[in-house]
Amino acid sequence: MRRFSWFNATSLTLGFAFLYLPMIILVIFSFNSSQLVTVWAGFSTKWYGELFQNEAFLDAAWVTLKVAFVSSTLAAVLGTMAAYVLVRGGRFMGRTLFSGMIYAPLVMPEVITGLSLLLLFIGIGLDRGILTIVLAHTTFSMCYVSVVVSSRLVSFDRSLEEAALDLGCSPMDAFRLVTLPIIAPAVISGWLLAFTLSLDDLVIASFTAGPSATTLPIKIWSSIRLGVSPEINALSTILISIVTVGVISASLASKSAAVRREREMRAAERAEA
Amino acid sequence: MRRFALIAVPYLWLLVLFLVPFIIVLKISLSDIALAIPPYTPTLDLSAGWEGLRAFFAALDLENFWFLTTDDLYWKAYLSSLQIAALSTLLALLVGYPIAYGMAQAPDEWRPTLMMLVILPFWTSFLIRVYSWMGILSKEGFLNQFLLWTGLVSEPLEILNTNTAVYIGIVYTYLPFMILPIYAALEKLDSALLEAAEDLGCSRITAFWLITVPLSKSGIIAGCFLVFIPALGEFVIPALLGGSDTLMIGKVLWEEFFSNRDWPVASAVAVILLMILIVPIILFQRNEQKQREAEGP
Repeated sequence: MRRFSWFNATSLTLGFAFLYLPMIILVIFSFNSSQLVTVWAGFSTKWYGELFQNEAFLDAAWVTLKVAFVSSTLAAVLGTMAAYVLVRGGRFMGRTLFSGMIYAPLVMPEVITGLSLLLLFIGIGLDRGILTIVLAHTTFSMCYVSVVVSSRLVSFDRSLEEAALDLGCSPMDAFRLVTLPIIAPAVISGWLLAFTLSLDDLVIASFTAGPSATTLPIKIWSSIRLGVSPEINALSTILISIVTVGVISASLASKSAAVRREREMRAAERAEA
Repeated sequence: MRRFALIAVPYLWLLVLFLVPFIIVLKISLSDIALAIPPYTPTLDLSAGWEGLRAFFAALDLENFWFLTTDDLYWKAYLSSLQIAALSTLLALLVGYPIAYGMAQAPDEWRPTLMMLVILPFWTSFLIRVYSWMGILSKEGFLNQFLLWTGLVSEPLEILNTNTAVYIGIVYTYLPFMILPIYAALEKLDSALLEAAEDLGCSRITAFWLITVPLSKSGIIAGCFLVFIPALGEFVIPALLGGSDTLMIGKVLWEEFFSNRDWPVASAVAVILLMILIVPIILFQRNEQKQREAEGP
C-alpha cells in the first residue's frame, strides 16, 4: 500500500490550492453584500437577484445555449463521420489534406480562425448572427469530436463489424447495430466537449457574431473589461457549480458503470465454471 | 455511392469553412486597405472574366508584409509573444511537474479523484478562470491584502496590468495541459527501475534525474508544446491581465482588426503568426508520432 510522502503531499496541496483558490475566492465574494469586490461586508444574495433581472444577460445566455446545442449536435454527427472516414475509409483522393484539415483547427490560434471565418462570411455576403456563430463553432468542434471518436474506433475489435457483415447485415445496419453502440460513449463525450467549447468561446464568437446576436462570453467580456463586478461573480459561481456538479456526476456514473461491468464479468466467469 | 457521401460531407464542410477562409486571409494580406465595404481592394469580380482575373492578380503585392517589417511594433510584438510564451511554458513545467509526480506516486484509490481535480478546471469557463485573477492581483486585491498583512511588503504591489500577471494567467489556465501528459508518462514508469537504481547505490535525487526525468521526456515535450502553442497566439489573457505595454501578437491582430479596421494588415499579421507556429506544431507532431511508434505493437 502506497502512502503520500511528505514531499508529494506538499506539492499536491500547493498545486491544487493554486488551481482552486482563485475560483473559491470568486465564489465566496459573489455572496458579498458590498459593491466593493475585495472588501467583505456581510452575506447577501442580492447580486443573484440583480443578475436574474438583467434581461441582457438572460437573452445572451439563451442565445449561447441555442448555439451550443445546435453546433455540438452538428459537430457530433460531422465529427463521427470524419473519424469513421479517417479510420475505416481506406484510401481516397485527398486523404492527406483531409486529415490535415481535421488536425489543423486544433492548434490554430483562435484569433486566426475567427478572422478567417469572418472574412469568408463577408466575402459571400452572409449576414452575421446566430447562424454564422453556429457554422464557426461546428467547424472547430467537429475536429475535437473526430479526434475523440477516432481514438475509440482505432481501439475496438474490427472483427465484430466483420462478423455482422458475414451474418448478412448491410454496411449501414452493421454501423447502426454494432459500431455505433460501441463508439457511443466517445460520441457522447465528444458532444459534451463540443458543447463546452461552444459555451466557452469568446474570440471566435466575437469575430463571427453580428450586432443581432450576443453570446454570454461576449457579454461577460464587455462587462469585465471595465473591472471586477459582483454580478459577474454571481454568474461565474452559477457556471462553476453547473460544471462541478456535471463533472462529478459524470465521473461517479462512469465509476459505477465500471463496477457493474466488473460484477457482470465475474458473474459470467462463474457461470462458465 | 454511400461511401462517397460519407467522405464528401465532412470533407466539403472543412474545405468551405476551414481551407477557403484561410485562402481568403492569404489573399487579403496581399491586398490594399480601402475606404469601402469591404475595406480592402482589389475585390474579385468574376463578371469581368479573364481580364478581371488578371487585373485582380496584378493588384496583389507584398506591401503589407513590408509594412510589418518597417514598423517596430510588429517585430516587438512577435518577439515578446515568443518570449512570454516560452517563459510561461517553463514556469508551467516547474509548477506542473511536481503535481504530476505527486499524482503518479499517490495511492491508487486517490488517483481518480486527483485526475478529476485536474480535469475539472478544464471544463470550467476559460474566461471566468482568467477573470478570477483580476480580483486577486489588483491593487486592493487579495494578494496585496495578504502581503500587507504578513508585512512582507509595506505598500501594495503593482501586479495587475503587467507582464507578471500575464505569466500567472497563462500558467494558471494551461496548467492541466502540462500536468496530464507528464502524469501519463510517469504513471507508466516501472518503479522496479528506481528500486534497482537505489540498490545499486544511487541516491534518490540522482535516480530521479537519471531515470524518472529521461523516461518522462515525451510527456514533458508534449506538455510544453501544449502550453506553448496556444500561449503564442493568446488574446484573452494579455487583454484582461496585461497592461497597455504588454505586447502580444494576438492582441495586435485583434486591435488592427477591430480598432484600426485595417483588414489587410490584420491578415498579414495572421499569416506571419501561422508561419511562426508551423515549426513548433511540426515538432509536436513528430514527438507524438515517435511516442505512438514506441508504444505500437
